Amino acid sequence: MELLEAIILSVLAASTPLLIAATGELVTERSGVLNLGVEGMMIVGAACGFGGALYTGSITVGALCGIVAGTLLALIFALMTLGLAVNQVATGLALTILGIGLSGLIGAGFVGERITPAPHLRVPGLTDLPYLGRILFGEDAFVYVSLFLIVGIWWFLYRTRAGLILRACGDNHLSAHALGYPVLRIRLFAVMFGGACAGLAGAYLPLAYTPFFIPGMTAGRGWIALALVVFASWRPARLVVGAYLFGTVTILQLHAQGAGIGVPSQFMSALPYLATVIVLVLISRARTGGSTAPAALGTVFVPDR
Amino acid sequence: MRLVLEKRTERSNTIALVSPLIAIGLTIVTMSIMFVILGKNPILALGVYFIDPLTDAYSLQEIAVKATPLVMIAIGLSFCYLANVWNIGAEGQFLVGAVAGSWLAVKTQGTDAGYWVMPAMLLLGAAAGALYALIPALCRVRFGASEILTSLMLVYVADLFLDYLVRGPWRDPKGFNFPTTAEFDPVATVPILIEGGRLHMGFVIMLIVVAAASVLLGRTIKGFEIRVVGAAPRAARFGGFNAKQLVVLTFAASGALAGLAGIIEVAGPVGHLQPGISPGYGFTAIIVAFLGRLNPIGILVAGFFLALTFIGGEQAQIAMKIPLDVTKVFQGILLFYVLASDSMITYRFRLIVPPRKVSRGAA
Repeated sequence: MELLEAIILSVLAASTPLLIAATGELVTERSGVLNLGVEGMMIVGAACGFGGALYTGSITVGALCGIVAGTLLALIFALMTLGLAVNQVATGLALTILGIGLSGLIGAGFVGERITPAPHLRVPGLTDLPYLGRILFGEDAFVYVSLFLIVGIWWFLYRTRAGLILRACGDNHLSAHALGYPVLRIRLFAVMFGGACAGLAGAYLPLAYTPFFIPGMTAGRGWIALALVVFASWRPARLVVGAYLFGTVTILQLHAQGAGIGVPSQFMSALPYLATVIVLVLISRARTGGSTAPAALGTVFVPDR
Repeated sequence: MRLVLEKRTERSNTIALVSPLIAIGLTIVTMSIMFVILGKNPILALGVYFIDPLTDAYSLQEIAVKATPLVMIAIGLSFCYLANVWNIGAEGQFLVGAVAGSWLAVKTQGTDAGYWVMPAMLLLGAAAGALYALIPALCRVRFGASEILTSLMLVYVADLFLDYLVRGPWRDPKGFNFPTTAEFDPVATVPILIEGGRLHMGFVIMLIVVAAASVLLGRTIKGFEIRVVGAAPRAARFGGFNAKQLVVLTFAASGALAGLAGIIEVAGPVGHLQPGISPGYGFTAIIVAFLGRLNPIGILVAGFFLALTFIGGEQAQIAMKIPLDVTKVFQGILLFYVLASDSMITYRFRLIVPPRKVSRGAA
């Protein structure tokens, strides 16, 4: 029982950065923009978030630094793809390459430093409940934020007018433009939100997951978040399922490595990546009735005046 | 008053020609600012980066050695990108090619195998790279899975697989527990071109690849098909071109070239299989492909330029203690500027001055 509780706790921790980053990307893609730079924004968010927390001693400041860093990088992306009508795939790759370099540069002085990780919630009485106490009432703030975020985004996309307009931009930018909606401005906000989430997700890693910074510590999580959006068919509810599923795969393979089941550790480490490929294939295959992706996803929009 | 983007009626050939130079110029300006922020003298730093490596024979050879894999991978990627197919997993195909070729080198080690070993290794490397690239290609055409994500995921898998091999079954028993295979036998290495130098046969192979790609893209129906499918998919469908087949073909070709580059790197400059054989060649090659405007000759030039940044970056680290990551930042910024300048080929800015409001009686 102790082991199961430990596993569930670590699954929640491993899933949270995926969920936060994927939530941001979901909104971005729903507005019709494919930002492949999630990995780059995350890794810079990790470096800046750690730096902020290291210098001020505050996890909140660290998280804010991550958010700001992610948003700034997203702004560069928006300037390129929305302002200059550059191919979104290529720009996203450029953002990732730049982000990996920048995080190395920013984080060079942070290697070897340690911070006090984000505190976990403690509600007297509730947290001490057997079995579910720590799982429900003993998480760090990021876990709760991620869940509020995804519920909020679901409500925004499906229950508000603004959300409807955002989805309209993603499905048919010409119609949205013809109706008088500022497509590019809406997409700009969506891209910035995506960047903020990616930055926060990156910051989670050194602030709560492991209390130190290592270069390249996102290890492809940004790409997995991108795959999760596809897995979720661009729907918030399925995103939660997907993120926790991937968190489970990550943690179970770690436990399997620890238990020494005789399979080389590298094969176990490859599991989350292989699982991503397999899941993408299965999901794409199951979708026989046409794609569920936003119809205008990844296409360039230059309003005619 | 505001600035808006509008489509040009015709592509601007002038800008198409100078856009890479504009991009490089803007990158150098940005870099100078960054050097100042880092507290380094920008003139000195730029000199170490871009001029010093060109002044001695050793560095010049080293640039050519680094350009070899970059150009070879980028040529393959340009096929994909021209056809609007997104292979971003060249790094993985490079590693798998290196592994497959090394298998033969490891198996024939210490035997009296003849001079057939090295050519066979190159073939194995290319074949394995192509097969590995076929995984995302087939997932795309069969199941509709995004080739961008699957090809990228397979990079991590290849990296871990290589790591397993050199720490496990292929580890050099006399290697003091370092994760590496034993040095390859002479028959399993790519020969050096100039005695005592670093330049190897792979460089010649790379030049042949560039020439072949020029002919393929410029003079054959397949090359035409690739460009039409990418530029005008609807027209290509009416023309009866098989877009799915092209996804498979371009992926296989780029995988083969990346795999070939991988085994040449291992059997040439490195001499044994170990983790970290690539400082991200597969990703830098994406920049090379775009900087070279997806044109074989352009890619050749761009490959040398990016190789220069690798060597310059190493020298700047030694001479001025400038962190190696500056090179990656530099490469990322360069790609941004390349893409932005390229956008000016088909678009232009226009300043719109709103007409003065004239008050009229009734509208």
